[in-house]
Amino acid sequence: MKFDYKKLGLKVGLEVHQQLDTRHKLFCACKPELFRGEPEIRFVRRLRPTQSELGQVDEAALFEFRKGLTILYEADRDTSCLVEMDEEPPHELNREAVETSLTVALMLDAKPVDEIHVMRKIVIDGSNTTGFQRTCVVALGGELEVEGKKIPIQHIGLEEDAARKTGQRANQVTYRLDRLGIPLIEVTTGPVISSPEEARKVALAIGRILRATGKVKRGIGTVRQDLNISLARGALIEIKGVQELETVEKAVEYEVQRQVNLLKIREELERRGVREEDLAIEPVDVTEVFENTKCKVISKALSRGGKVLALKLKGFNGLLGRELAPNLRFGTELADIARFWGGVGGIFHTDEMPGYGVTEAEIDGLRSKLDCTPEDAVVFVADSREKAEEALKAVAARAREALKGVPEETRVATPEGTSRYMRPRPGAARMYPETDVPPIRVTEDLIERLRKALPEKPEALLQRLMAEYGLNQKLSRQLMDSEYLDLFERIVKEVKVSPTLVAVTLTETLRSLKRDGLDVASIRDDKLTEVFKLVGSGVTAKESIPEILAWLSKNPDKSALDAVKALNLERLPEEELRRIVDEAIEDSLQLIKERGLGAFGPLMGRVMSKVRGRADAKTVSAMIKERIHEIQSKPDPR
Amino acid sequence: MSLEKSGYRGFLLTVLNEAGVDIGDVIRVENPNYTYEGTLIPRSEFGSEDCIVIKLRSGYNIGVKVTRQTKITKLRSGEKPAFIPPPQPEAKPGLRRVAVISTGGTIASRVDYRTGGVRPALSASDLYSVVPELSDLAVIEADILFSILSENMTPQHWKKIAVATAKKIEEGVAGVVIPHGTDTMAYTAAALSFAFKNLPVPVILVGSQRSSDRPSSDAATNLLGAVKAAAYAPFAEVAVAMHESTSDDSILIHRGTKVRKCHTSARYAFKSINSPPLARVKNGKVTMLIEDYRRRSPRESFEVYPEFEDRVALLKFYPGLNPEVIDFYVDKGYLGLILEGTGLGHVSARCFPSVKRAIESGLIVAMTSQCIWGRVNMNVYDTGRDLLRLGVIPLEDMLPETALVKLMWVLGQTRDPKEAKQLLLQNMAYEFSDRTLMED
Ligand SMILES: [Zn+2]
Repeated sequence: MKFDYKKLGLKVGLEVHQQLDTRHKLFCACKPELFRGEPEIRFVRRLRPTQSELGQVDEAALFEFRKGLTILYEADRDTSCLVEMDEEPPHELNREAVETSLTVALMLDAKPVDEIHVMRKIVIDGSNTTGFQRTCVVALGGELEVEGKKIPIQHIGLEEDAARKTGQRANQVTYRLDRLGIPLIEVTTGPVISSPEEARKVALAIGRILRATGKVKRGIGTVRQDLNISLARGALIEIKGVQELETVEKAVEYEVQRQVNLLKIREELERRGVREEDLAIEPVDVTEVFENTKCKVISKALSRGGKVLALKLKGFNGLLGRELAPNLRFGTELADIARFWGGVGGIFHTDEMPGYGVTEAEIDGLRSKLDCTPEDAVVFVADSREKAEEALKAVAARAREALKGVPEETRVATPEGTSRYMRPRPGAARMYPETDVPPIRVTEDLIERLRKALPEKPEALLQRLMAEYGLNQKLSRQLMDSEYLDLFERIVKEVKVSPTLVAVTLTETLRSLKRDGLDVASIRDDKLTEVFKLVGSGVTAKESIPEILAWLSKNPDKSALDAVKALNLERLPEEELRRIVDEAIEDSLQLIKERGLGAFGPLMGRVMSKVRGRADAKTVSAMIKERIHEIQSKPDPR
Repeated sequence: MSLEKSGYRGFLLTVLNEAGVDIGDVIRVENPNYTYEGTLIPRSEFGSEDCIVIKLRSGYNIGVKVTRQTKITKLRSGEKPAFIPPPQPEAKPGLRRVAVISTGGTIASRVDYRTGGVRPALSASDLYSVVPELSDLAVIEADILFSILSENMTPQHWKKIAVATAKKIEEGVAGVVIPHGTDTMAYTAAALSFAFKNLPVPVILVGSQRSSDRPSSDAATNLLGAVKAAAYAPFAEVAVAMHESTSDDSILIHRGTKVRKCHTSARYAFKSINSPPLARVKNGKVTMLIEDYRRRSPRESFEVYPEFEDRVALLKFYPGLNPEVIDFYVDKGYLGLILEGTGLGHVSARCFPSVKRAIESGLIVAMTSQCIWGRVNMNVYDTGRDLLRLGVIPLEDMLPETALVKLMWVLGQTRDPKEAKQLLLQNMAYEFSDRTLMED
């Protein structure tokens, strides 16, 4: 679907969160790394909503607490200490992280604050053991030019990353503590972006600035984009956690699509004359309709003493099945809301009936019990009475919102670029001073020192890559936008090997391997360097690089030389190569006689298939050509 | 909060006064190259001398440099937030009465949204609104005795706590809970253990290692555990209720004479030393962990002896300790000295003459060990035997802090050295145990 974004009044603001590659975490001396394997430490906590001066607590937070949610934390001693466990006060703010964020601020022409104050932003979903995220403003204002348009930068912040969620059961959520406390820099733009494509370009431009510092982490999960998207007639929607740059564009597009479709549903409801007071609020017990049901989900719930509750949605027939965005129907939205507020597994609705083992007769029974006309839809849930009731009350509330259009909410991005309901939009963030961490005075001397050591701006960098290493423009750009620029420069300085080969490998080759599903991010820098050393010193040919990398991604603890040996990619001695070429020539004498140099192609293919990775193509090609000439210049014996 | 109490001093205070702005006002701060608007916040304790702190509209605080060029304008007065307490939970009939006598600490507090300051929330209704589950456990009768940091507690405060607690017990509550700062909570627990004779109900001190303005605070779970035990536990002793581990699922009840704060910051800081804990509260149930404990009993024989003598000192021996330190106490008119000796209960031979002089001057001198775990035994080595001969009293497995408090209490009851010595050695509140078991 193509939209006229201008006419729709699209406004997008971007929040880019990028992990910094500091020596230690933001508030303690732990390594800013993740651990694999079994946790050494497990503990269980609850987080209690705190009251503000006004006696208010965050509604969603209070709700979670009342549900009796407990949080299971997992940690290991390498990546977590008592600070992450909230058993020791935070240490002072990591200066290295502060300086990197100030550097970014200066590159974005932002004004560093005179004194940095760390705040506690209340978050009680368990992602922070403290119940708040420590965060601070480092600079305000600033500007970034993207294709001639000035994008205002509102805020440059520094904050601790949250623990990572690794599981969820009915009443317990599991988090790993390793990620908690990794420094994150946050760059927020004004809401001036007016198309999905522009959103991607702005994200890219911010990413370039961040990477230019040489102090950012790389790999999946190290950068997350939050989007604030609004349409003139729609609502302000916050989409959290877009991980890939390519997805930014889709996320905006799909959100526009979703809002436009929700507005169409509103128009349709208006046309059907549905009014708010027509919509039922209280669910009805329809268990008797399903007493002998063949539907497994329902019979299972009933056998556990559950009930089937139903809610009539007057005038909604056909709308629940309507697609809002790829793989997202209006019914999906209702289901997500039911899950969040009722803790149920899901919902059934008449737009997908008969199905899931529910028969036509049962649906008829349901409709007649609720006094439905064919224009009405029914949503029903099988679970404990309490949960089903909460779930359907939330569905009823959401259905009423559909009459108004698009409700404001916070959504979470899916890897495909669509988004799912996450929670209601929180009220103004409640923030308190983090009194355990002393403020940092940002002195003029510090700013001057950082200003003198600013990294190259992206355009200057591009020119230098082309001039210094002879890379073409496209490759230079790719390299700049990859996470490997630093490594590229280190390898080229250290190893005698063609810069273009290194650049191609670190961009195109790695990307294509990643597309094949390989975990190339797990290949460490020193391994990548070793690969080029082996090529540079002639141990293996450059053609073997993709195979070596693929092997290394599956064997992260092995060396590049191990890879060469395991894959039998050691370069052939010249006599051996000559023997293979001669053998091929002997077999193809007839062809050479008939076609002369025309036989080169097939011969090259045949030899390379035998020696790929063990000899470079240039040498093979020279040998074959030499032999063809020899044969041609020999007088025909006939 | 007024400007004078806001922490701003000198130049900054002058500038703010001249600008006619107050804490909580929305102000504009103009410096030559930049301008900010926000709410004026009290100065951070560690803040720079040349920055004022404002809260931006986004909720973030920043420090803004103020020089002679800076222009500060008041945009509007701050709104004084009024606390609207959430609805009271319904009182459940038939529940037991528990007195909550607050002495300080941050077991129950509310945050000032604008400034981040923490205020105590100590009325019964405040307690219910901060920890609504309390209303399912007991009918709370809350009082604020005082609100001080626990490092500022003195034996005079112990006396007041003892008297207030006794009054509540006389009024017939099922138990008493005493919120207390954690730093010296174990000392107060020991003091109350000795002050009460024939205690009829549990008296439970409770604290928090994470203040209650944080969502992760241990205050609510500790308080719930303490109230549960105060209302329903079968024991009638002075105890301390705190987290068993880093998890929020289990509260240990430690005997008041056997408990010590053993970690600066962790939730599981409190440990029972040379004794198992008294009880555990888990999943809403109280389980006794010791068989030999004082049972609940009728109120009739309950008595209070709340006097403490504060001319008693605790002296930790270390290599090179100058014996003049001991002489100092004698010359200052002290009546008792608890030594925290090395190992089984030793101090260097160089101290002997001063120890001798102290005892001859009428001081009670008793020995505990700085090892914390284990029992002193002064019969094993010459040094110990020499000290015994000088008249030093070995205090078995009593904690040094408990020994200090006990000697203060003993000398608050009698000045007669012989009687005092006898009282000191009499097991009054399980401060001595006959058997020391292997630690888990
Ligand atoms: Zn740590």
